[in-house]
Amino acid sequence: MTSALLTEPTPPPATSGRGWRGRDGRGGGGRASITGAVGPLGYGLVTLWLSVIVLLPLAALTVTSFENGLSGWWDAVTAPSALAALKVTVGISLVVAVLNAFMGTLIAWVLVRDEFPGKGAVNALIDLPFALPTIVASIVLLSLYGPQSPVGIHLNATQPGVLVALAFVTLPFVVRSVQPVLIEADRDVEQAAASLGASNLTIFRTVVLPVLLPAVASGAGLAFARAIGEYGSVVLIGGNIPRHTQVASQYIQQQIEVDSPVNAAAVSVALLLIAFVALFVLRVLAGRGLRRQERAA
Amino acid sequence: MNRPRLALIAATGVAAAVLAACGGGSSDVAGAGNQAGGKSVGTLSLYAYAVPKPGFDKIIPGFNATADGKGIAFQQSYGASGDQSRKVAAGAEADVVNFSVEPDVTRLVDAGLVDKDWNANQYKGVPFGSVVTVVVRKGNPQGIKDWDDLLQPGLEVVTPNPFSSGSAKWNLLAPYAAKSDGGQNAQAGLDYLGKLVGDHVKIQPKSGREASEAFLQGTGDALLTYENEALFLERSGEKVEHVTPPATFKIENPIAVVNTSKDLAKAKAFVAYTFTPAAQKLWAQAGFRPVDPAVASEYAKDFPAPTKLWTIADLGGWPSVDKALFDKEKGSVAKIYDAATQ
Repeated sequence: MTSALLTEPTPPPATSGRGWRGRDGRGGGGRASITGAVGPLGYGLVTLWLSVIVLLPLAALTVTSFENGLSGWWDAVTAPSALAALKVTVGISLVVAVLNAFMGTLIAWVLVRDEFPGKGAVNALIDLPFALPTIVASIVLLSLYGPQSPVGIHLNATQPGVLVALAFVTLPFVVRSVQPVLIEADRDVEQAAASLGASNLTIFRTVVLPVLLPAVASGAGLAFARAIGEYGSVVLIGGNIPRHTQVASQYIQQQIEVDSPVNAAAVSVALLLIAFVALFVLRVLAGRGLRRQERAA
Repeated sequence: MNRPRLALIAATGVAAAVLAACGGGSSDVAGAGNQAGGKSVGTLSLYAYAVPKPGFDKIIPGFNATADGKGIAFQQSYGASGDQSRKVAAGAEADVVNFSVEPDVTRLVDAGLVDKDWNANQYKGVPFGSVVTVVVRKGNPQGIKDWDDLLQPGLEVVTPNPFSSGSAKWNLLAPYAAKSDGGQNAQAGLDYLGKLVGDHVKIQPKSGREASEAFLQGTGDALLTYENEALFLERSGEKVEHVTPPATFKIENPIAVVNTSKDLAKAKAFVAYTFTPAAQKLWAQAGFRPVDPAVASEYAKDFPAPTKLWTIADLGGWPSVDKALFDKEKGSVAKIYDAATQ
């Protein structure tokens, strides 16, 4: 819903693995001058676009959420049911982000470093969760892992069910941000380390991971931000049980239905703040990592 | 310096297009315009809740076949009743609205978009309705016949959360009215709801359709829903059947003209048409209970009469029911739902 608006360009840009040639950070810029600046016209366009798409809606939302003053906002966000929904949402989203960091990196690794038949198809599959309407995802997940599960996995109306739904819709983030970095990564250093007798684990820890970490962090951050705002995919498999599987977006919908738009906006702004803080912290950490790398180089 | 100027012109063009796109709001769901009789003589925009779509699919061609409705195209928008009502209140251009519950019309009366006398006709502005029923698995394995049968130990009931779906309030009003003898003994009704929601309702779907979906996917043993939804599920070949308890509740779905309509005469003609015997038969064929007594008796075998059919009027009307039971802070049902998930 809202979190998708928070996607900031993070180094490196998350494009699909194929056709990524951006070593200088200015891929296919065309007629940019030596410094790479776009001039006042570019600034104007960017400002206009960001205003229309991001700033105005978010400002309007924020203004609405403070209609009853700061204390009203605080009361709305700290109401027991709101707090419970936020806790459930943030808790499960954190687990999903960490899970994605591991599995996404692994998937990217397999797609870049291994050859197997049907690799192209798998690579194309990764983006499908973005294309599938989320409510359809929820129906599919419920029929697969619900009471009539053909595979004997019953996750209906449980927190693991919510987790699976969130993991499904956030799958592409880490994979797509790690992939291009892996493609660009310098294999010579790894080979040198190996020839000097370093074990696979040591090579990964000291050579590969530092390069990948910023990409993993930014991908996980995006996955987290997307997960806390997710609605459609959770709807059926989650069961919407307050204090157990009700996520914040479902709570927000309920507030709108009982004609409390201000409460709904307040909780939305709380979600935005959480997403913003998470992305900000990750960027700071990733920036530090990069600087440390540059010093080491 | 030709290039920058070109870029400037292009950018201005883009900006203008963006702003134009923001300004020019159009209706979000365009239904297929019915061009019966060739040339369109106007368009009516209908905002309705999702369930009666099969009914309107029959009613609109029926209206187009009358002298009043010849050549009128329809833009139809369907969605959750509360959402549809809020959209119109927020300025969506509608000519005719049809909601699940009266408070959704009242919202528009308060906003000055619907006349105060919208429900002045003999049917109180309600052209069709249904009754609350219980859907069970094929063969009714638990032998559910009445409200008390839902309280069997371990039995799970699926019903939407009344606070995320205004229409779900009907489902809870049915046992409440039956157990409280039409509100005479409110505590008995609330005791029943406390047991039902506390011990037997586990998941809380957002809408009737989601509740149906969860039930069809194997969640729960009984689904509280409207008779038309039950008939719809049975007709689409699902392995379910429905049992209407002897005492249940009359569901009344109001229709109203929006007074800001650019074509008020046509909007009024359409609303009037939905009450005619011809239209009443179409509602009945789509699974909704007609309100015209003559048509109702014609379709009596499709819609068996319960022993006792309570109405919202018996409980004192929507405003007082909403306040007493469904107020999100102090309502008795809100407290029951809160206690159930502690």
